[in-house]
Amino acid sequence: MRAHFFAGSLFAAGLLALPCAQAGELTVSVELPSLNVAEYHPPYVAVWLENEKGESRNLAVWYQLEERGKKSEKGEEWLKDMRQWWRRIGRETDMPVDGISGATRKPGTHQLVFTEGKSPLGKLKKGNYVLMVEAAREVGGRELVKVPFTWPAAGEQSAKGNKELGEVKINVQP
Amino acid sequence: MNTFLKATLCSALVLCLPLTANAHRAWLLPSATVLSGDNAWISVDAAVSNDIFHADHAPMRIDGITIVAPDGTQLAPQNNLTGKFRSVFDVQLPQKGTYKIVLASNGLMANWKTPAGERGMWPGRGEKGNPADIEKNIPTDAQEVQISQFSRRLETFVTSGSPDEKVLKITKQGLELLPITHPNDLFAGETAEFQFHMDGKPVEGVKATIIAGGMRYRNEQAAIDVVSDKNGKISVTWPNAGMYWLSASYRDNKAKKPATVRSGSYAATFEVLPE
Repeated sequence: MRAHFFAGSLFAAGLLALPCAQAGELTVSVELPSLNVAEYHPPYVAVWLENEKGESRNLAVWYQLEERGKKSEKGEEWLKDMRQWWRRIGRETDMPVDGISGATRKPGTHQLVFTEGKSPLGKLKKGNYVLMVEAAREVGGRELVKVPFTWPAAGEQSAKGNKELGEVKINVQP
Repeated sequence: MNTFLKATLCSALVLCLPLTANAHRAWLLPSATVLSGDNAWISVDAAVSNDIFHADHAPMRIDGITIVAPDGTQLAPQNNLTGKFRSVFDVQLPQKGTYKIVLASNGLMANWKTPAGERGMWPGRGEKGNPADIEKNIPTDAQEVQISQFSRRLETFVTSGSPDEKVLKITKQGLELLPITHPNDLFAGETAEFQFHMDGKPVEGVKATIIAGGMRYRNEQAAIDVVSDKNGKISVTWPNAGMYWLSASYRDNKAKKPATVRSGSYAATFEVLPE
């Protein structure tokens, strides 16, 4: 079984108190394409990092958090449809998780900024990583896009999905 | 095959798992094997047919179904229904972890020839017999008497949340499969490893056949045939995602007296997901 490589909240609690003048950042942008289909539901999306050992760290999971305007865990039933996320880290994660869970989003480009040393990103060791973005849409398809990057090497990397995901970009600012 | 014999065999098959590879095939087909959320349920079809997972022959009798929960307790199947071609039951998965759904039996049986040259057997087709009574049920004039120790087991596995391993433990009775690769963590293109045990010991020479569902939509069986190695192990590389049926049988002469032969049959359904 793959271990989580980081106890997010422990680190974050300690580091939040420190004045981090030069905190590094990862800016991730995820494009959800507009699809011309008869029945459209915004996709479930998982954004996570994988290190060289194949260990995973959750960054964001967008899924149905409500039912008829009320908070509900009903939407968790379909989390397993993000199959790779589910296998690598999802099934070991007790959703919802503060700072990671979020509602599904409409088509468009969504930007997420993660600060090194802070939850949910936490401390990053030097090394190669892969940004993983997986989308699964009700009555639609599923797609996984991978963007490799190196920490701490400043720069921008991107990859494109074919159908369920548009461009996925990561900007690394150590 | 005459109609009477066919009918007799069929009714017997509903009760027992086939011992031979060319018999009708008994299977369990879960509606899902990997589940998320806090109130997971599955529905299971159970039938006996030639084409795997196409219910076109006979329903399976499900009164002997056992559902083992991740903590080892047993759950009852719900909303049981037996139709013309298949039985159906629902399973609620109140705990996180891996569940095992089992239909198993074992015992002793005897075969012989009467002085007139007819075949005799005990217990009769579809009947149950107490192994202690075996000797008094064999006619004194029976010839070529063979007493065998048999086991039949049909299984499938389902996981809510993270897979765990408690239910994978074997009972050490008859032919069983001990998964080395977790049965709810199977992906197309990957290789899974399983180990066959006979009465609790790894056993070499178990013949296993793995067949993907959807047989009606292809022209060949596309069976993967494997034989367990000296450590009882087999490995299977899943060619595609889908539902697979594994069937295995084993026979040797290492039976406990009064039996001289021990035989086991095992079948399981596995779901393989796409990468």
